[in-house]
Amino acid sequence: MRYIRPLSIEDAVGQLAGSAGTAAILAGGSDLLVRMKGGFAEPELIVDIKAIDGLSEIRETAEGFSIGAAVPCAVLGENTALRKAWPGVVEAAKLIGSKQVQGRCTIVGNLCNASPAADSVPALVAAGAKAVVVGPAGRRTIPVQSVPTAPGKTSLAKGEIIEAILLDSQAPRSGDAYLRFIPRTEMDIAVVSAGVNLTLDEHGVVKSARVALGAVAATVLLVEEAAEVLIGSKLDEATLERLAKVCAGACRPIDDKRGTIEFRRKVAGVLAKRAATTAYARAGGK
Amino acid sequence: MAGVAVSTTINGDAVEYLCQPDETLLDVLRDRLGLTGAKEGCGTGDCGACSIILDDRLVCSCLVLGAEAEGRRVETIEGMAHGDTLHPLQQKFLEHAALQCGICTPGFLIAAKDLLAKNPDPTEEEIRFGLAGNLCRCTGYDKIVRAVQDAAIVMKGA
Repeated sequence: MRYIRPLSIEDAVGQLAGSAGTAAILAGGSDLLVRMKGGFAEPELIVDIKAIDGLSEIRETAEGFSIGAAVPCAVLGENTALRKAWPGVVEAAKLIGSKQVQGRCTIVGNLCNASPAADSVPALVAAGAKAVVVGPAGRRTIPVQSVPTAPGKTSLAKGEIIEAILLDSQAPRSGDAYLRFIPRTEMDIAVVSAGVNLTLDEHGVVKSARVALGAVAATVLLVEEAAEVLIGSKLDEATLERLAKVCAGACRPIDDKRGTIEFRRKVAGVLAKRAATTAYARAGGK
Repeated sequence: MAGVAVSTTINGDAVEYLCQPDETLLDVLRDRLGLTGAKEGCGTGDCGACSIILDDRLVCSCLVLGAEAEGRRVETIEGMAHGDTLHPLQQKFLEHAALQCGICTPGFLIAAKDLLAKNPDPTEEEIRFGLAGNLCRCTGYDKIVRAVQDAAIVMKGA
């Protein structure tokens, strides 16, 4: 096993692409080191990306925010501008693990670990976040939801690294929210989760919406029918009931010790309603 | 496996060591440097017994590679007391009997130190949430929370 700490993204990509055996990218390590400890990962090369210029920064750009792949979630929570623009994304990122884990874990790691229950992913998908992928063929920007393809699997090719997550500036009269259900009060993995992002017109009517559900399918679900239910409404009770029904119907959950299929469907609807209500209030809707 | 040469700062002292690329910082501290205050409870970042402060961030040293400490600042429980003078948190843990078997205690002290550094006047809820990454199977947590509350009062007055 080799450990390297490249100073440029090009070097990191070159090392990953040129490695003969299995290679792993190390940012916070809160998934990788656990997998190594359990014998589930034995990388021949570990590429620590934390020394790469810019990867540990949150930048405010003309379009919005660029969150570097090595930024710990604790830092997201300390960024006032990001918290103000995307409270749902920050809430979701802050739900990952303890204070100790927050000091290390990253949203790119959360995304690339490809757990269906990843907390930050539904919030990012609802926010329309994009991932900047750097690889041997250059740079490309893809929607966050196209990264995980199955539990533990991503669409990234050999040598590719997600360099940053891009969030647009939040449009006027917009708000996002994320909620999850866990049987404890904290420090647990989502049984069901929902992220909602809404933009209202000047009369408080929903103009655009994105609804994402987590832990109810092999990958995060972007539920377009749920968005259609919300658009044109002021989130009256009948709309919220229809939202819950559509979300419950969109789920393709598994039965496991943390929740039955029936329970997950029902809770997905409840969480979508509550997250939509919070997002609506944050957008200034009454 | 080739060793990785690391230069770092631990409790204010410059330290150099060689470690294996897959060796955790916890194992380096305990097995190579003789700093056995940080404990291995779970080894997977769930229990907080191995808590340390790495460049002003509370982390589990079991989830950090030894190689990653290069050029960084590490604070462990061994650096908490000043000579024979205990840190107020250590003193209050003793006074409140906030420990029984003691395995979780170094982690709790480090986590509480980090908590009070960032929030000198926490509510009980903030203390409980802030220390939720540290597990104790003996005390039931109440005495720990009271010790931290009492230490916060002492530290504010200092």
